[in-house]
Amino acid sequence: MQQQGARENILHGIDSGTETISGKPVSLTKTKTAEKHITLAVNKTAGKPVSKLNRFKSKSFRENLIGYGFISPWLIGFFLLTAGPLLFSLVVSFSDYNITSEMTFTGLDNYKKMFTADDLFWTSLWNTVYFVLFSVPMTTAGAIFIAVLLNSKIKGMKIFRTIYYLPAVLSGVAVYFLWMQLLSPGTGLVNLVLSWVGIEGPAWLFDPNWTKPALIFMKLWSVGGGMLLYLASLQGVSTTLYEAADLDGANIFQKFFHITLPMITPIIFFDIITSTIGAFQIFQEAYVMSKDGDGGPAHSLLFYNLHMWNNAFEVFDMGYASAMAWVLFIIIMILTIFNLKFGKRWVHYEGGDNK
Amino acid sequence: MKAAAETPKFYQTMKFRRRIKNSIILFFLLAGSIALLTPLWWMISTSLKSPEEIAQFPPTFIPEKFHFSNYVEAWTTGPFTRWALNSVFLAVVGTIGSVFVNSLVAYGFAKMKFKGCNFWFIVVLSTMLLPGFVTMVPQYMLFSKLGWINTYLPLLVPSFLGSAFFIFLLRQFMMTIPNEFIEAAIMDGAGHLKIWWHIMLPLTKPALITVAIFSFNGSWNDLLGPLLYLNEESLYTIQLGLQTFKGSVQTQWNYLMAMSVMILLPTVLIFFLFQKFFIEGSNISSGTKG
Repeated sequence: MQQQGARENILHGIDSGTETISGKPVSLTKTKTAEKHITLAVNKTAGKPVSKLNRFKSKSFRENLIGYGFISPWLIGFFLLTAGPLLFSLVVSFSDYNITSEMTFTGLDNYKKMFTADDLFWTSLWNTVYFVLFSVPMTTAGAIFIAVLLNSKIKGMKIFRTIYYLPAVLSGVAVYFLWMQLLSPGTGLVNLVLSWVGIEGPAWLFDPNWTKPALIFMKLWSVGGGMLLYLASLQGVSTTLYEAADLDGANIFQKFFHITLPMITPIIFFDIITSTIGAFQIFQEAYVMSKDGDGGPAHSLLFYNLHMWNNAFEVFDMGYASAMAWVLFIIIMILTIFNLKFGKRWVHYEGGDNK
Repeated sequence: MKAAAETPKFYQTMKFRRRIKNSIILFFLLAGSIALLTPLWWMISTSLKSPEEIAQFPPTFIPEKFHFSNYVEAWTTGPFTRWALNSVFLAVVGTIGSVFVNSLVAYGFAKMKFKGCNFWFIVVLSTMLLPGFVTMVPQYMLFSKLGWINTYLPLLVPSFLGSAFFIFLLRQFMMTIPNEFIEAAIMDGAGHLKIWWHIMLPLTKPALITVAIFSFNGSWNDLLGPLLYLNEESLYTIQLGLQTFKGSVQTQWNYLMAMSVMILLPTVLIFFLFQKFFIEGSNISSGTKG
């Protein structure tokens, strides 16, 4: 129920926000409208002739001031740590700058170098796209599959939910080490299991063809994070729909594709948007698990952000790194806008108000 | 013949079919659980083996002999106690900042009406879509100009300036709290700051605990920030220490796994103690997905 309430809030999102508090001491809903009229009338008559001084003392000015006071920490953070740096990096991207040097304006040189002279830029972009193209659909499908299984009424479901969610909680360097051991070609668990079924496992992190699949495989381990979102939304799907389908003699697959899937498309939609953005930023895994953090072997783990990192903090070419950051920003913006536009075609909203 | 039609055979009954269906689901769930938990077992098992046993083929699931000393030996190869304390300090201070500041900002967005409040909330939401790496390079330039490299300031100050995700999560939770509480308090002459402190904070405790857990875990597991801003070994965090530890022991998997177990332990403990809040947090945030 709570989940539904929360969802409604965001659906009507911002509109409901304005309604919540009128700022005036109104306690009964009945008097609310009456009072509104009164205050409106008061404002109308008092509105024009007030002097500037009075306006500053007025109640609504105080309200605004206090409101901004409350959100000021975030506002400061937004201007100093997000918007400001973003604009500054745009300027830097048109220059040659290494923090200690003078900033010299070089026009589009950084961008030209990126698209024409830097082969590793294209390698890193391809590696990243490869990772996104496989990891996003696989983790999404996996999360939905597990959520559907966990949504059935079987004893001990809570224990299963804990087990499936646990790997998603674990992160950081320790997890990467664990997977380096699991994927170790000679003595690792993965190749041991593969050998049981007669498959000779690849060298994973040592074979350029298998490094990216290895990371995608690792990501699947923590698929439980997305599962929780889907489970919550599955529990919100009304049972009457299934009962009606049962009467019509629908089988389990028909029910899944015609009821379950359409009902959770809003969640799938946002999951895909956020996990695409997340997957584009893959860095730590490659930094820790590739040889010497350089994206090896054979640059097969040189992801976009790792290449940007190396340019920024290994050779301190801040201008070039900033240009790369902006290209990434634009790629992600285009993808998100594309997702939002394209999403309308397949996302099903209950009530039909295609928002 | 007629009698047979009226009493369906046992395999045709709904009960039987449901049982088959549940058994299949149970089978998949069990198989999945084994697949997900075996890596963790493997980590613990490897951490207790001798280097010779790790090199054996085929590998063993249960160590022949339990080498608990691996843990002590691994921990004493570097100043890990120092690094762990650094991490605890950063995580605790960052969590305190993030709980109070985000709650304050969320209160502004959820329960106050001021000019531009909708506009700014949309900005909050859109910053969630902004890839962090885009601002990382310019932020580094800013912090280095301020002389903050090799201090904890670049890691701590941002937690006191709010985070879009936490603000959103807390705002969603606060929206479910009836306005009557606040209106009544205003009638009594209380200011918003007082209301936030005396009414909102106690009422939003579950969401605050969720934020605290997420923020503690995020800080404890963060490699990127420390890697970027800390060069001096005495300032290292546990994650950064572990990353450099990899270089010094190379393929001594027993030590690497022993360290990994110890570093994951706080997260695992928090998970089992506060599981409810993890799940609640995800459910609230799934509000975005509606």
